[in-house]
Amino acid sequence: MVRAAWNWVREHALVIYAGLAVTYMLLPLFVITVFSFNDPAGKFNYTWEGFTLDHWENAFGISDLTDALITSLELAALSTVISTALGTLIAIALVRHEFFGRRAANFLIVIPMATPEVVIGAALLSMFLIYGITLGFTTLLIAHIMFSISFVVVVVRSRLIGFDRSLEEAARDLGASPFQTFRLVTFPLLLPGIMGAALLAFALSIDDFVISNFNSGDAVTFPLWIFGAAQRGIPVEVYVIATMLFAVTALAMAFTVWQQRRAERLAAVLPDEPASEAPGGPMPIPPAPGSLGG
Amino acid sequence: MIRRRLIPYFLLGPGLIWLILFFAIPMYFMGRLALESGTLETGFQFTWEWSNFTDSVSRFDSQFVRSFLYAGTATIIALLIAYPLAYAIAFRGGRWKNALLLAVVAPFFTTYLIRTIAWTTILSDDSFVVDVMRTINLVGEDGRVLATGGAVIAGLTYNFLPFMVLPIYASLERIDERLIEAAKDLYASSRQAFLRVTFPLSAPGVVAGTLLTFIPAAGDYVNAFFLGSINQAMIGNRIQSLYLFERDYPTAAALSFTLMAAILIAVFVYIRFAGSEALMGDEAEDGT
Repeated sequence: MVRAAWNWVREHALVIYAGLAVTYMLLPLFVITVFSFNDPAGKFNYTWEGFTLDHWENAFGISDLTDALITSLELAALSTVISTALGTLIAIALVRHEFFGRRAANFLIVIPMATPEVVIGAALLSMFLIYGITLGFTTLLIAHIMFSISFVVVVVRSRLIGFDRSLEEAARDLGASPFQTFRLVTFPLLLPGIMGAALLAFALSIDDFVISNFNSGDAVTFPLWIFGAAQRGIPVEVYVIATMLFAVTALAMAFTVWQQRRAERLAAVLPDEPASEAPGGPMPIPPAPGSLGG
Repeated sequence: MIRRRLIPYFLLGPGLIWLILFFAIPMYFMGRLALESGTLETGFQFTWEWSNFTDSVSRFDSQFVRSFLYAGTATIIALLIAYPLAYAIAFRGGRWKNALLLAVVAPFFTTYLIRTIAWTTILSDDSFVVDVMRTINLVGEDGRVLATGGAVIAGLTYNFLPFMVLPIYASLERIDERLIEAAKDLYASSRQAFLRVTFPLSAPGVVAGTLLTFIPAAGDYVNAFFLGSINQAMIGNRIQSLYLFERDYPTAAALSFTLMAAILIAVFVYIRFAGSEALMGDEAEDGT
């Protein structure tokens, strides 16, 4: 009996290990969700005191926290739109065109992702200081667009590399103009990649603390507010909002994965091979960091 | 025809100009600031003050050593945790593959600061985890976990673990399993097949993962801030407070320039010794 159990454990050791490792990865998320229902006695939300829904009902009751959240959302929305547009154009140029200076362009795109955030933040601040530029929402927007572009390029490029170009040829053979081909064939097939990139850019922006810490001036984003509140004790409402953001991101992520699958089925007009998945798996997150650049 | 040749530059232009204006040029200004002298009151002048570099490094040498020590340790632990996990997902994942990958990136769905703060709850003095550690005598009777180097390393390991898992997974996933079968048909034991076939083929992922973990960890100051005390301050903490509170800009700029240079050297040496084979493997693959 014991022997059988031992054999079972040995056989499934790797799967059991994976389960434990995943539990470890999810543990803080679990803690955040559980502690959003906590009713702490003092200012510090460290020990479990009792269940309450008060903080969920009052989620947006702390006005400067809500303002910070709104600032973060506005910043993330603007930065996502601009960086996704700029990054998608770069990705198209890199995959579809041969040109002089390609290596230099690639280098300039990779290097910000390999630079510690503290150095990116410090360098930008140095420039703003020397020119005497007032720090605020605009400098934050400049910084967020800057560190998002590289990640957008990586995601959209991986989508373009797996792109079946015979579909475009077919459209042209059937009499579509270049613009019609782009609008009716290329763009819809590229859309899931672009949406994945946009989602990543949004997540990077809303999550960014380090680079924002250097370039925010008087502007306060959600992470900056949390950092400021850390000394006084973080209110439970922060945990509530974090849980909400988590739920929304998870849903958006599931939606993008679903969209990508749908696009792949759409592209799989040939009966033999479905369009290959983007290298790095079906996830719209590349094997590169949120924290390298964001 | 000339118009056609210009198309890629029109496409690249706006984005690359943004990166040049707000990434490349700021690097130049940071270097300039690092060579200025003066104080906040008297104002700063550009004087080729090279001593800023030597002074700041000797003043904060312990923070430098600590940053590289913590980041290095966290990278090794992350590799030990991530490799078997990536292996399990790639080869034993089955229909759970996507769910498991989603769980690996799930920490990114919540704010970095809050994830770290959640660890202060998990590792706080009265927590279950610390209780268990006291019972098995891993920490003393009144010992703490928070405000120790161990807590900071644990935080760094956790926060950058997905960057280790994803590239290793991606490289394992691409392995043609017939190669492993072939090794076994040729009388390799499971261990030999792993060491001679699977692991070398996954080396590009390991190199990418270690870099993606080490670089941000070495510059991080959030984990040391929340999980450590002043005695665990890393170089990022010093750069942050010199820039934002003490406003000793030349020292701060010199420090962050040195950090960047030190990381580049470390990465270069690492790729030279550990990674050359792995990178070659990558090239060979691209060639097909």
